[in-house]
Amino acid sequence: MTDLTELSVAAIRDGVVKGDFKAVEVAEAFNANVAGAKALNAFIVDTPELAIESAKAVDADKASGKALGKMAGVPIGMKDLFCTDGVQTTAASHILEGFKPTYESTVSSNLWKAGAGMLGKLNLDQFAMGSSNETSYFGNVISPWRRGGSDNAPLAPGGSSGGSSAAVSARLCPAATGTDTGGSIRQPAAFTGITGIKPTYGRCSRWGIVAFASSLDQAGPMARNVRDCAIMLEAMAGYDPKDATSLDLPVPEWEAGLSSDLRGKKIGIPKEYRMDGTDADILSSWDNGITWLKDAGAEIVDISLPHTKYALPAYYIIAPAEASSNLARYDGVRYGLRELPDGVGLQDMYAATRAAGFGPEVRRRIMIGTYVLSAGFYDAYYTQAQKVRTLIARDFDQAFGQCDLILAPTTPTAAFALGENTEDPLAMYLNDVFAVPASLAGLPAMSVPAGLNKDGLPLGLQIIGNALDEQGVLNAGLAIEERAGFVARPEKWW
Amino acid sequence: MSVDKETVVKIAKLSRIAINDAEAEAMVSELNGILGWVEQLGEVDVTGVAPMASVIANKTRMREDVVTYDLTGGGVTDKVLANAPAREGVFLACPR
Repeated sequence: MTDLTELSVAAIRDGVVKGDFKAVEVAEAFNANVAGAKALNAFIVDTPELAIESAKAVDADKASGKALGKMAGVPIGMKDLFCTDGVQTTAASHILEGFKPTYESTVSSNLWKAGAGMLGKLNLDQFAMGSSNETSYFGNVISPWRRGGSDNAPLAPGGSSGGSSAAVSARLCPAATGTDTGGSIRQPAAFTGITGIKPTYGRCSRWGIVAFASSLDQAGPMARNVRDCAIMLEAMAGYDPKDATSLDLPVPEWEAGLSSDLRGKKIGIPKEYRMDGTDADILSSWDNGITWLKDAGAEIVDISLPHTKYALPAYYIIAPAEASSNLARYDGVRYGLRELPDGVGLQDMYAATRAAGFGPEVRRRIMIGTYVLSAGFYDAYYTQAQKVRTLIARDFDQAFGQCDLILAPTTPTAAFALGENTEDPLAMYLNDVFAVPASLAGLPAMSVPAGLNKDGLPLGLQIIGNALDEQGVLNAGLAIEERAGFVARPEKWW
Repeated sequence: MSVDKETVVKIAKLSRIAINDAEAEAMVSELNGILGWVEQLGEVDVTGVAPMASVIANKTRMREDVVTYDLTGGGVTDKVLANAPAREGVFLACPR
């Protein structure tokens, strides 16, 4: 019999709908893979019983002839940033350890309604702040990938959605949710040879997602191919009156609209992304991408995004500023950790709780954010960064006058070893240099696997689209996927 | 602009994060590294550029002044208090 954990989201759904196998069998198979992969530390909490329960409901619907949802019988991993009713939700922090929401996030709720089930809550960088999954209170996620030869150094799965990327690439789940504030879906997808899309800001409701930087945070799917991302994004997206920034638009049928015929499409190649010091393998995979898209019928045009080099510094003002405000809610009063040294009053309880509950990177970002918003510095830092953000969005706007989509690398390097970038925060931040501009402009952007570097590690290509053009992004992703022929996978050592 | 130890202590206080002397000392160079790097934004000519307020064109919606979903509709005290570190009756408890 087929190993059900090798199947894509589409194949699982279609098999369950046709009756080739039962949803419960699929859930059992993935539960076993999750249980057997503790060495990756991809999950903070396993919920095998919930996966079985959802699968039984799908099987019962099938038996009684009811119509099945878009994700019928597909068990998924849920990034532990989404509030799940009755299941611990920590954002990989100590301050939320033990927190069990009494409500369900809109995105996860949409997925359950579409017939998906939950295998567990996936590890991540603490409060989604990080690019290597090394800031989690619950320990590093280990990438299932290793460099070739005798080099067994544990590698970073990327971040912040590092549990998601590791779990999908190791076949612990066919797909997982991610969230992307400045690259947190695309960079881990690139590091682990999987596919992930951040939709246009506002497509997916932020309600019930632990907030990091509200003007940037967007949920999206991570899976093994473009079609699976299209299916899952359809299930996740949709208008939600509970999120004031939710887009009141119908959800397009992205899966039905998939086409890798790019005739008539113009693909922009931004010259500013050809940065000094970018890895030669990354540059050659970018050239391959250009060849593949030409082969799919697209015309290639050179474009300029002149403010690209300012995107990262602007991001590291705006995101911490919003974080310092969003994370003010963790005060030890209403939920989460409380540290109450003997005899102290309310203010000292706040300070002790937050010192004990937040990790070093989270404390650093809260303090940067507090500083750039403080009296006397607000205009010089925060207002200036928001003006630069306007210019970055304007760059894209002007570029989309000349092209339909933009092709760029996802990351400046392949996955690095754990511990390699932890000494210098700036070196870590530079990982997201290609991902952050699209986040600042709220645009849909996707990473698809493009090949392996000389060490045998995956590299990703990024497609950025105009606002609301997820279809264009997915189609170009599909064109690359069909031509890249990426079949590499990590050899099982866990 | 750069921060000194005294400023770090002040930022920590504004952030409600307890910090000891050694931590404050260590954060001076960390924060200055990051602040020095973001200062390159000062080179950008932003004459006549408005700060971004909303990344995707979207309308601010009016809604009816009615209770539309469970959590804010009252009568869910137990849910609201379910994760409280300390409570007294139907109240959250904390020190003065």
